[in-house]
Order: sequence, then structure tokens, then C-alpha cells
Amino acid sequence: MPALILKKPKALAGLLLVAVMVLLALLAPWIAPYDPLALDPAVSNQAPSAQFWLGTDFFGRDVLSRMIWGARPSLLIGFSSVAIGCLIGAAIGLAAGYFRGWVDTVLMRPVDVLLSFPIVVLALALVAALGPSLLNLILTISLLFVPRFARVVRAEAMALRELDYIDAARVAGQTPVVIIMRHVLPNALAQIIVTCTVFMANAILVEAGLSFLGVGVTPPEPSWGNMLAEGRNNILGAPWLTTFPGVMLTLTLIGFNLLGDALRDILDPRLRGLQA
Amino acid sequence: MGILIRFLSQALPTLLGAVTILFLLLRMIPGDPAQAMLGADATAADLARLRQDLGLDQPLWVQYGVFLRSFVVGDWGNSIVTKTPALERVLEALPSTLMLCVAAIVLIIAISLPAGVVSAVRRDSWVDYGVSLVVFLLMSMPQFWLGLLLLLVLSYWLDWFPIFGAGEAGDLLSQLHHLVLPSLTLAAGFLGLVTRLTRSSMLEVLGRDYVRTARAKGLREPVVIVKHALRNALLSVVTVIGLTMGQLLGGAVIVEVVFARPGVGTMIWDAILQRDYPQVQAGVAVFAALFIATNFLTDLLYGLLNPRIRV
Repeated sequence: MPALILKKPKALAGLLLVAVMVLLALLAPWIAPYDPLALDPAVSNQAPSAQFWLGTDFFGRDVLSRMIWGARPSLLIGFSSVAIGCLIGAAIGLAAGYFRGWVDTVLMRPVDVLLSFPIVVLALALVAALGPSLLNLILTISLLFVPRFARVVRAEAMALRELDYIDAARVAGQTPVVIIMRHVLPNALAQIIVTCTVFMANAILVEAGLSFLGVGVTPPEPSWGNMLAEGRNNILGAPWLTTFPGVMLTLTLIGFNLLGDALRDILDPRLRGLQA
Repeated sequence: MGILIRFLSQALPTLLGAVTILFLLLRMIPGDPAQAMLGADATAADLARLRQDLGLDQPLWVQYGVFLRSFVVGDWGNSIVTKTPALERVLEALPSTLMLCVAAIVLIIAISLPAGVVSAVRRDSWVDYGVSLVVFLLMSMPQFWLGLLLLLVLSYWLDWFPIFGAGEAGDLLSQLHHLVLPSLTLAAGFLGLVTRLTRSSMLEVLGRDYVRTARAKGLREPVVIVKHALRNALLSVVTVIGLTMGQLLGGAVIVEVVFARPGVGTMIWDAILQRDYPQVQAGVAVFAALFIATNFLTDLLYGLLNPRIRV
């Protein structure tokens, strides 16, 4: 698989974009030219210049530095909530899809209920109740993805359980847990990886949306979403405040979407033939 | 009859679950919910009255029973800010939000169907590549950023469209003028999904025997594409458009806030910032009900359109 990724330009471009964003987030303290929180009223709302490459905001903070630091919450929240959502969701999906019957009903009913809210609306309601904090944001966004992972993995497990080698394992007397962990899960893994990649883009989008609405990452801590919200108040006078965080966010989403698209092409053998 | 059974067994339990989640949400607020809603300078008497109004002084299962009963009879409590019935306020704001969603659906159909059909018919041509590039970019652009860009360029710089609001009441032309940018922004994120799906279902159908037969008997190509291929490809497309309708409601929150457009979305947002929980609850409940209803109707429609699964 790694070799296949490097051969596809789409996958390579996606991987590159994601890698750049991860590096920016990791190296923020060393590459950001200024302190992202340092106020300086003397240089309020400056247009991009040699001194401040991407300009400054109302409080005289350097936009480039805030943009680089802003990669941190996006990636951290995106990654942790997808990881938590995937672990719980996949466990639910595997059990529901493999056992069927009442296990399926008991596990999937709550899942259907959670899916009956528009994603942003449920996120807003949850964060409103819990109060905004990094941990609450991660928990909220994970909860949004648990039912979505459960659906995808359940469908996969249901298809796999009908296959002959699963029957063989069952006849050989293996316990359900062993069958699920050793035979079902590994074969569902391709689908799970693709789903994770696509959901990373969604999770980052939800975090940015919540921060934009003022219930996500709390200012003055920079995140691309709250930078857009702050820039919105002076969109005509200082358009650079909304342009650059938007570009970063879009590039990140493009990266994960490209990677997801390419992985799906590589991992889904039915589509592979069509690609030629 | 079948519809009733399916409603009772699918939509109703989901709705009940959604209401239960809303019930739990209010009780999840850390500390004293009454204090959280009224703020630090509330008097002890006010706090006690609100606790009594919300039934917070009762055991949890009694609260749940009271909550369900008042939910069913439509007594959803009063907004803490305006002191008026929360449900009424939501219903007043609803038409504007529905108008936005319907306009977005119209745009999605008007843009995605032709784009998807053309890229399937001209597969691997520059048109196909162009469409998939544009669609991919739109899918990856956050709505709130796209909205801000459109505002900046088309409203502030070029002065083609209004900057905020929903237009004069009663003046249809002004309302439509105010609707253009928000509906475009809302539609943008979903164009990709529908265009891609139209393309792939068209590709699948174009390879079928009956399309070959239609061509073989000498029908003109446009007739083959529209009457024989598109009509059969539409089945899955219609389903996805129906499911999209529900998702649009969520997108409407952000789009309404970006364009400062009155509606249920801005109302929920305002209510959250003001900690007006009964109002949040009412808004979210209406959205969930609409969401469940559109998904249920889509299910029914799918059955009607596809005779093979009709029971």
C-alpha cells in the first residue's frame, strides 16, 4: 500500500499537504516569527508587509504567527475526536454487525437517534450544555462521529460475517471475540482507514465551525475558526484577516479529502479496475 | 397502512430518543442550570421560581414524565430572554430558514444534475476534469469562509448584493435578492456530493443493455440520455437529495450567522450565547423533528420510485 500511495499524484499531493500542516503545528514555537498572543496597539490592523508578512489584526497581533499556532487546535481536536469516535464506533459496529439480532437492535437504536440531529446543531447544543473547553470540544466532536463510524463498520461486518472463512472459523470452534478480532476486524480495516481520513476533514470543519460561532476554541487562543470570526467584523477594512486562515483551513481539508479519495481508490478493489 | 406501521416503528422511536437527548442535555449543564441561565446577579426568589418552572426540584424520572407530557402538548416553556413561548418564536423564524433551504435545493438540482450528466456523457474529457476539480474545491471550502469571500467580493466591493438581512417583508424581489448569496453558500458544500453521484449513476446506467438497445434502434442521443439513462439514474440521486435536505438545516445555522439573516439558525445561536436554554431546546427540537421527517419521507419516496423494493 505505501508504494501505491507514492505512485498516485492525488494521494501524494494530499499526503504532502497534511504533512505540511502537521509540521507547522508541531514546529509552531520555532517557526512562528512572533508571539501569537502578544498585543501591540501601535501596529493595529496593518496590511501585509515585509515586517508582518500576512498583516496584523485589530490588537496588533501577527496574523502569520496566529495562523501557524492555529494549526494546533485544529489538528489536535480533529485527530483525537476521530480516534475516540473510531474506537467506540468501530466496537459498536463490529458487535452489531457480527451478532445481529437483539444486540444489533440495542446498539443501533441510540446510534440512529444520534444521527437524527443535523451535525452542527447537535454540536452546538452539546457544547452549549457542557461549556467550551478543549476536552469538551473533543468529547463533543467524538460523540458526533461514534454513530457515523458505527454505521460504516456495521455494514462492513454484516457483509464479512456471511463469508466462508468466517463460517470455517466458527465451525472450528473459535469464540466470537476471537473471530471478530482476528478475522472480521482486519478485513474491515481498509474501510475504517478510509473513513478515518474523510472524517478527519469533517472533524476539523466542525471544530472550525464551532470556533467561528464562538463556542469552540476560546480567544485569545488562536484557531482558524475564531480568527475568521474576529476578521469578519472588519472584513472590508482588513480583508487579510479572513483570507489567510480560510486558505489554511481549505488547504487542510483539501489535503485530507485528496488522501481519502485516493485511499478509497486504492483500497476498494471494485473501483481499482475502473481507474485504469 | 404500511406507512403508518413504518412511521410508528421507525420515525416515532427516533423522535422519542431525540427528545430524550434534549432532556438530558439540559440536565448535563454543570452546576445549577437555573443559576447558569439567570446569571450571577439573580435573586434567590427568581432562582427558586425558575427551578420550579423547569421542574428541577423534582426527582429525575418525574422531570422526564413532565417533560414528555409538555412536549407532546406543545408547551415547550418560555424563552428566558423574551419571556414569550419558545416554540412560537421558533415557528415565526422557520419560514425564512425553510426558504433558504428550498432555494439551496433548487440550486443544487439546477447545477448538479446537468453537471453530473455532462461529465458522465463526456467522460475523461476536459469538461469532466473541470467539473470534478470545481466540485472538489467547493467540497473542501468551509461554508463560512466561502460566505465571507462572496460577501467581500460581491457585496462590499462590487455592491451587487445586500450585506445582511432577509429583505423587506412582503417584497418578493427584495427577498429573492437577499437570498442569492446565502443559498449559493449553503448549496456549495452539497454540490459535490450530488454531482459526483449523478455522474457515477449515469456511468453505471449508460453501460446497461437497454441503453444499447435504445441506441441500436436509432433513437437520437439526447433522447437516449434523458429518457432512458437519466430517468433510471435519478433513483439514487433523488434519495441523496432528500437526505441532503436534512443536512441543509445544519448548514443553515452557519450560513444564517455569516449573512446575519434572521431564521431558526441565528435564533439558536443567539440563544446559546445568551444561555437561553429553553429557546435552544425548542430550536434544536424543531430541527430534529424536521430532519427525521425529511429522512422518513425520503424513505417513502424511494419505495415509490423503485418498484423492486415496494412491498
